[in-house]
Amino acid sequence: MSASQAVPAAHPRDMDPYTLGHAHDTSGHGGGHGLATGHGGGGPASKRVIVGYGFWIFLLSDIVMFSAFFAAHAVLQTATSGGPAGRDVFHLNHVAFETAFLLLSSFACGLSAVATEARSQLWTQVCLLVTGLLGAAFLLMEAQEFHSMVLQGDGPSRSAFLSSFFALVGLHGLHVTAGLLWLGTMMAQVYVKGFRPNIMRRLVCFNLFWHALDIIWVALFTLVYLVGEVR
Amino acid sequence: MLGKLSWQAVPWDQPIPLIAGAVVLLIVVAIMAWVILKGHLPYLWREWITSVDHKRIGVMYSLLGLVMLLRGFIDAIMMRSQQAVAFNAPGYLPPEHYDQIFTAHGTIMIFFGAMPLIIGMMNFVVPLQLGVRDVAFPTLNATSFWLTATGALLVNLSLVIGEFARTGWLPYPPLSELPYSPGVGVDYYIWALQISGVGTLMTGINFVTTILKIRAPGMNYLRMPIFCWTALAANLLIVAAFPVLTATLAMLALDRNLGFHFFTNTGGGNMMMFVNLIWAWGHPEVYILALPSFGVFSEIIPTFSGKPLFGYRSMVMATMFICLVSFTVWLHHFFTMGAGPDVNAMFGIATSIIAVGTGVKIYNWMFTMYGGRIRYTVPMLWSVAFIVTFTIGGMTGVLLAVPPADFELHNSMFLVAHFHNVIIGSVLFAAFGGITYWFPKAFGFRLHEGWGKAAFWLFLIGFYATFMPMYVLGLLGMTRRLQQYDVAAWHPWVLLAGVGILITIASAVCLVMQVVAAIRHRDELRDETGDPWDGRSLEWSTASPPPAFNFAVLPDVQGGQPYWDIKQRAIETQQLAAEPDYQPIEMPRNSPTGFITAFFSSFTGFALIWHIWWLVGLGLIAAYATFVWFAWRDVEEYVVPAEEVARIDRERRHAREQWLQQHARVEEPA
Repeated sequence: MSASQAVPAAHPRDMDPYTLGHAHDTSGHGGGHGLATGHGGGGPASKRVIVGYGFWIFLLSDIVMFSAFFAAHAVLQTATSGGPAGRDVFHLNHVAFETAFLLLSSFACGLSAVATEARSQLWTQVCLLVTGLLGAAFLLMEAQEFHSMVLQGDGPSRSAFLSSFFALVGLHGLHVTAGLLWLGTMMAQVYVKGFRPNIMRRLVCFNLFWHALDIIWVALFTLVYLVGEVR
Repeated sequence: MLGKLSWQAVPWDQPIPLIAGAVVLLIVVAIMAWVILKGHLPYLWREWITSVDHKRIGVMYSLLGLVMLLRGFIDAIMMRSQQAVAFNAPGYLPPEHYDQIFTAHGTIMIFFGAMPLIIGMMNFVVPLQLGVRDVAFPTLNATSFWLTATGALLVNLSLVIGEFARTGWLPYPPLSELPYSPGVGVDYYIWALQISGVGTLMTGINFVTTILKIRAPGMNYLRMPIFCWTALAANLLIVAAFPVLTATLAMLALDRNLGFHFFTNTGGGNMMMFVNLIWAWGHPEVYILALPSFGVFSEIIPTFSGKPLFGYRSMVMATMFICLVSFTVWLHHFFTMGAGPDVNAMFGIATSIIAVGTGVKIYNWMFTMYGGRIRYTVPMLWSVAFIVTFTIGGMTGVLLAVPPADFELHNSMFLVAHFHNVIIGSVLFAAFGGITYWFPKAFGFRLHEGWGKAAFWLFLIGFYATFMPMYVLGLLGMTRRLQQYDVAAWHPWVLLAGVGILITIASAVCLVMQVVAAIRHRDELRDETGDPWDGRSLEWSTASPPPAFNFAVLPDVQGGQPYWDIKQRAIETQQLAAEPDYQPIEMPRNSPTGFITAFFSSFTGFALIWHIWWLVGLGLIAAYATFVWFAWRDVEEYVVPAEEVARIDRERRHAREQWLQQHARVEEPA
């Protein structure tokens, strides 16, 4: 018996009292065979939808991980253990430049998506390169900040506050580093293989990732640096 | 060069781990020699190790789970026997060894026994029930499995190289911090769980995407089988909870390796933050295990009661209710922290309320059985035993949810009895029942009924004999994790628990015999039609074992019990539906990515534990290289030609037609 054959819609089986409470109607709750987006009964979604959706779920899980570090930092922000507080070690001008680099990097990343949409190999590569360079500049400034703090004796083992600071900011930095490695492979893939469907899907994922890091940085800048300045 | 690793890492003076390790090594070497000499290696590589087929991965997960279950069970036997002889005596296990055993027992049972069994069943069943050909990300799925296997490998390696943690299955600081646990035990724990945790997280992402985005045409949300709903809930919990575990263990690792002060006594660290964070993962984890187990019973009970599930929608609502509320109860694991009466009351009430969702389910299962034609097969026996056992465990849980009572019972054997009561009662019963239920689908023949029933009854008696005395012991004031004791009133109850574990050993033998006898009598136990139990959901509509592509044509779902409807119509009309128009099918190609990633992760994990920093770097570079290499491949899929699809499906149709003719002779014409 083939599973593919349609059952007539109004079947005497619907009278079965045992099946009360089971969904039999084809109306409502996404029933029917309209758009194949996978929301309801339309059948499997397209690969583009599946990949993008899965990556969104990954980003959410990543943000949950960050939130654990944010929570730890909120708990430990005042646990300076006789060491420096935020206002003693943060240089907001430095951080403002960092932020500018990262936001501009995200902007360049957005432009690369426009260039990809127009199937322009040259502009996609240029925009991705700018994205990467700005990201690298951000990382460099962060490394500089870490380095000078450690040299002053305000490293992560100085106090719980500094532990949570270095871990949270460092985790974001690690994500940016991983993103840069990914960016390099994406540029190579676009160059060698062109705008194939699977490369396009990966570019979408990379864009999502890069913008998500931006969102996390905005929260980080506010809750760690700005709030840390006054606590 | 080798960090902290030296010959002293092998416990030459301790015969138990040494002999155990040697035996395991011997078995592994023997199996590998047999595989290589018999020439099975290419087959194993092609069909299993590099497989991205969800069914194969599900079987491998289950196998891993069963092997680790055995390992954890041996730990349990050692703990019970130690306590049986350690009345006014030191027993045969010194404290530092005993502490490792109860830590390993908990860690292995939850992370490498229960989790792989549950994820294995989800892997095998969910795409079949949804009427589709694979999960959303097949290669990622294989990687998840192999990373879990890496974690299991590292935990078992600690038996003979170094030591395992002595902290209990959740390494509470400050005990787990460097000054109090200077050895590599906690590091083994951390890195084994970090690596397997990444695998579990990817499983969660994969299955949420699969269930929400890849279903057969017409399979809308309220037509999904309850097992798929519970799998969805469990995987949502994985996505939301496992990153917290990763973060918490990362903080502990930073404390231990780089001198951070997250949870230390000094430098402003806050150790209760660890307890809060770990249980913010830990309580959802309980439901990650329990919800799919409920799903398994929700499949078994209707099938063997000959009725659809009672209260389908309320079952869905109860599942999602538990999924949500499971994030609001974590503090009941440490009422004694001293958060104050208002906080404790809030969490106590939330904990009691979560039992309402489970209560709804219990009644639904009972009403499903009410008035049905019940067949007491092995899966059904496990299900009925679950209803009774889980209700008892649930009620002691509600008792523990009352903060004043919890202050008395906290950390006692009563607690140990409670969580074994619920976890064994749900997860293990579901695993045994579910494996018996879906075994014919996976391998084409049923498990042996007689041995299965013997295993069930022995397990049930053994379980009650082991754990009911522990409730009494808890009320008598016995705390958990005691290596020796001198209270005479406890002794008979401890001995009774020891007898219980002996009965459970007999049950384990029967469980093995159930498989051995099934293989021996596989021709008599053969499932010709693909529907050995008179099932209702789509997995029974395909052949046993299913072809790689599961369904020749994606089913067109019209109701809540799609396969039951198809079957009834075939019986009514005395013929199968017309042969479909077969099309070529695209399937994902096999890939060794998962295996290679896990291979390098094993070295990286081992190097992190022993501080072999060059190997850590090498492992990470290799992981990046694997990623690039995988991204570079051009052909991701292969095509099964339409003639091949037709040939395979016609075989299935032929078996069904024969079944229909036999069925026609039995059925009285209306």
